[in-house]
Amino acid sequence: MNQPAGNDIILEGVRRLGAVTIFLVRLLLESVPALSRPRLIVHQIYNAGARSLIIIMLSGLFVGMVLGLQAFNLLQRFGSEEALGTAAALGLLKELSPVMTALLFAGRAGTALTSEIGLMRATDQLTAMEIMAVDPLRHIAAPRFLGGVVAMPLLTAIFSLVGLYGAQLVGVQLMGVDKGVFWSQMQGSVGLRDVTEGVVKSLVFGVACSLIAVHEGYHAEPTAAGVGLATTRTVVASSVITLLLDYVLTAAFL
Amino acid sequence: MRANRTLEIGTGLFVLLGFAALLFLTTQLPASGVKFGAPKAGYHVSAEFDNVGDLKVGAPVTMAGVHVGEVQGIRFDSKDYKAVVSLRIDPQYKQIPEDSYASIQTQGLLGGKYVGISPGGLDSYLKDGSRIDQTQSAIVLESLINKFFANYASKGGGEGQGADNQSKVEPKK
Repeated sequence: MNQPAGNDIILEGVRRLGAVTIFLVRLLLESVPALSRPRLIVHQIYNAGARSLIIIMLSGLFVGMVLGLQAFNLLQRFGSEEALGTAAALGLLKELSPVMTALLFAGRAGTALTSEIGLMRATDQLTAMEIMAVDPLRHIAAPRFLGGVVAMPLLTAIFSLVGLYGAQLVGVQLMGVDKGVFWSQMQGSVGLRDVTEGVVKSLVFGVACSLIAVHEGYHAEPTAAGVGLATTRTVVASSVITLLLDYVLTAAFL
Repeated sequence: MRANRTLEIGTGLFVLLGFAALLFLTTQLPASGVKFGAPKAGYHVSAEFDNVGDLKVGAPVTMAGVHVGEVQGIRFDSKDYKAVVSLRIDPQYKQIPEDSYASIQTQGLLGGKYVGISPGGLDSYLKDGSRIDQTQSAIVLESLINKFFANYASKGGGEGQGADNQSKVEPKK
């Protein structure tokens, strides 16, 4: 076991993929009855969403400003600074907002979910619930999963909006692109489809990141080190899966 | 109870903010024409063009390269088969001669279109509702290129001539 052979690693990977998939199905089945306790879900939307607002808005502002600066610098070489609005809007809506929000979400909310549930596991709270015939999947895992799924698209939209403001701040106020041109070029070339792409991506990322966070916590080894390991795995797996899914979704939308 | 209240208010604010952002992105970015916010001050003049190219609402109106207003609307006049562009001029620019000349120009090589106004010489000035009579349409790059190639082809074998000229010049050096 200390030196797992190649086969074992592959088998272990397949087993974990299967475990996550089964967990997702169970979560989805439990999500319907969980809806009858909306207060629990609201609490989780607050935890995952409202309390991530500051970091999302700050990051969005800076990402937008950097994008404004870089795109301006690039477009200036071709003498078409007016396309800055389009470049910033498309870059933010389709790529940067969903991915950055998902990565930040994994770091800010995902880790909190994993360590919370993991600690519940480690202190036998989940077992206690089972003994009392209270399904922890329905009362602990499902509301947290749903909260994350609801929060992610909203956070992404806020990220996009603040990012656009940041790009506008740099492009128009600092670099002197005409404000009317900035917005009219953007409005002329950004379609509803581009907005939809961002929303769909963020929904998928929301499902993936919340699922991984809840799953890792729920199946954490019930020790202090186990909870720590599970938290690390949440961040690593969420980030990798987000970027992988991003490529797949981008290819699907083209 | 107290903590519950702040939690609900916080969640409500977050959801509200999120949906407001979504609403803005879906209605304001795609050119659906839904506009929020009070109309800006200034007076409106109109100008008829044969062809506006890809001039867009919100494009700047400039005089001598300085921003003096913006394009408020573009519509098609089905009687004259012309595009009627309405321009909003900022209120501080009151003294634009009535016989000024409006043309549609391009920013940079690939940039967007804007309306440039060159001043005329009359003492009476443009006011709200007046019309600019002298206009010049957008230059459509494709038709320009077409014209150029048509001329080039009609001259016949321009390329060969060019090569001949060069070979004549070079030995003299």
